[in-house]
Amino acid sequence: MAPWLFYLFATISVVSSIGVIGQRNPMYSVLLLIGSFISLAGLYVGLDSPFVAVTQIVVYAGAIMVLFLFVVMLLNAPREDVAPGAQLPIPGVVKAYGGVLSVAMAAMLLWALSRLGVVPFVEDPQAAERVASVRDIGLMLFRDHAFSFEVTSILILVAMVGAVVLAKKTV
Amino acid sequence: MITLNHFLLLSALLFSIGTAGIFLRRNVITLLLSVEIMLNAVNLTFVALGRFNGSVEGQIITFFVMTVAAAEAAVGLALVIALFRHRETLSPDAFTSLKW
Amino acid sequence: MPTIAPSLIFQLTLLTVVFFSLQISAAVLVYFERKISGWAQQRVGPNRVGPLGLLQPLADIVKLIFKEELRPKAADKWLFYLAPILSATTAFAAFAVIPFGPPTTFFGLLEKPVPLQVADLNVAVLVVFAITSMGIYGIVLAGWASNSKYALLGGLRSSAQMISYELAYAMALASVLVIANSLSLREIVDAQQGWRWLFGVVPVPAWYVFLTPIGFFIFFIAGIAETNRAPFDFPEAEQELVAGYHTEYSSMSFALFFLAEYVNMVVVCGVTVSLFLGGFYMPGLPVWLGPLWFIGKVAALLFFYIWMRWTLPRYRYDQLMDFGWKRLLPLSIVNLLVTAAGVLYWS
Repeated sequence: MAPWLFYLFATISVVSSIGVIGQRNPMYSVLLLIGSFISLAGLYVGLDSPFVAVTQIVVYAGAIMVLFLFVVMLLNAPREDVAPGAQLPIPGVVKAYGGVLSVAMAAMLLWALSRLGVVPFVEDPQAAERVASVRDIGLMLFRDHAFSFEVTSILILVAMVGAVVLAKKTV
Repeated sequence: MITLNHFLLLSALLFSIGTAGIFLRRNVITLLLSVEIMLNAVNLTFVALGRFNGSVEGQIITFFVMTVAAAEAAVGLALVIALFRHRETLSPDAFTSLKW
Repeated sequence: MPTIAPSLIFQLTLLTVVFFSLQISAAVLVYFERKISGWAQQRVGPNRVGPLGLLQPLADIVKLIFKEELRPKAADKWLFYLAPILSATTAFAAFAVIPFGPPTTFFGLLEKPVPLQVADLNVAVLVVFAITSMGIYGIVLAGWASNSKYALLGGLRSSAQMISYELAYAMALASVLVIANSLSLREIVDAQQGWRWLFGVVPVPAWYVFLTPIGFFIFFIAGIAETNRAPFDFPEAEQELVAGYHTEYSSMSFALFFLAEYVNMVVVCGVTVSLFLGGFYMPGLPVWLGPLWFIGKVAALLFFYIWMRWTLPRYRYDQLMDFGWKRLLPLSIVNLLVTAAGVLYWS
């Protein structure tokens, strides 16, 4: 993909992800995350995977995030607050510790990646076509991974029942 | 020239941002959102490596990850609603009844 | 992936033409909505501005532009203005992948024929679906950002309604995909050329509506629900919610919602025509007039939309959910299974 497109989408996704965790209003967090997902979909298109890109938007941005938005709207508790009667108000030390941990994690990942050496994509139009083929994805999904696919349907069913039971008024 | 390294770096960065969110934030909904960021970072790695290998396997795993994310969001948000009903707050520090 | 365009300038021209045609179509639709509602209620309808009241939409636009832009004090400033923009953008964006004419050189103007379509994607059907599902955000955000109970209720209702009907919508769409064996709208339309012998005796146009009539029926109804039109216009049910999600909007931001609603109708009808009614093909009639046939079919469907709005009363909300989940969704799944079995049997 064109470098400027990569950097555009990468910047959007990183900046909006930082916004998600830096934002005090959950409503804005959810919306920024949608922006991040859409820019990731753009990256998938650049990786010759338009089907995943569209699925990303339909499933993540169109369904999961609507769910989040719904809950944020229904609870209507926009501001983050210290819980009343919380036994452990988080002191700055804990927060600093968490920050250090996540920076350490990033450093570790970057170190591991820096040892990889430069691996360019193979400029092979046939490979691109193979990756982009929805037919191949379908065949692979329903033939080679049929069992996993069926198991996922059970997972979804269990999650659905669980969600209904948990969120019902009288438990 | 965009190489595989670019995508892996971006994915690592996003994953770290998600981790930071888990460590730093005190809001159950933001915690769930951070998990979504991390799942997406992993998805990006899968798709990039799949493209690198010239196979659709990477995308297949991505679909499974998306399904798991959907299930997780449904159950997680149901839990958030149930907890909010009892404590009127979204801070995880309030839900310590089972703490010794 | 986008096909290589002959030139950037041509592509931009096409884009501009499509963009303004959609806007003009919205204005024309508003006029006809009022005229047809007039006929349905034995009135004359707008007849003061210009001959036959034809300049009424123009007068409406001018009025809307010169109105004062109001924002409630407790509203969320950013999201309040983001919502109408989001609504209008998603409405327009979805039309980009709909083919509205055969490949043409414009009477030898261009070196090689170009398809009349803004972007030809191999996953076009899903792109339409994705963009439509993004359209929810405009309405939900408008409802939330207004900080008004009517708007919030309208926004919540619309998202619940659109998510519920999206399932039946997708299932009906899948029945066409099974027959066409493609996700590209152009390939789907191209497969509907000419005639087909129904049961070996009755000649009908080779449109998919004759192969999966129930799919068409479900898609049409779910499309009405997706565009929030009567009898499913709950997000803006006047008698219950004042004006629903756009209660607090005025002037241009209201105009954008209005525009989005009508453009959405055109887009949904365009998709329906492409999937079920042969797109720009009309058997026995010249193909090079394709855009005309396309516009004609879309106009016929739009007339149905307006006709229904002024004929049928609004459902009750629980009836809507009942209908969507317990009737339409099972029916669409059965339809998909039957269609798939038919494709297996005959191919």
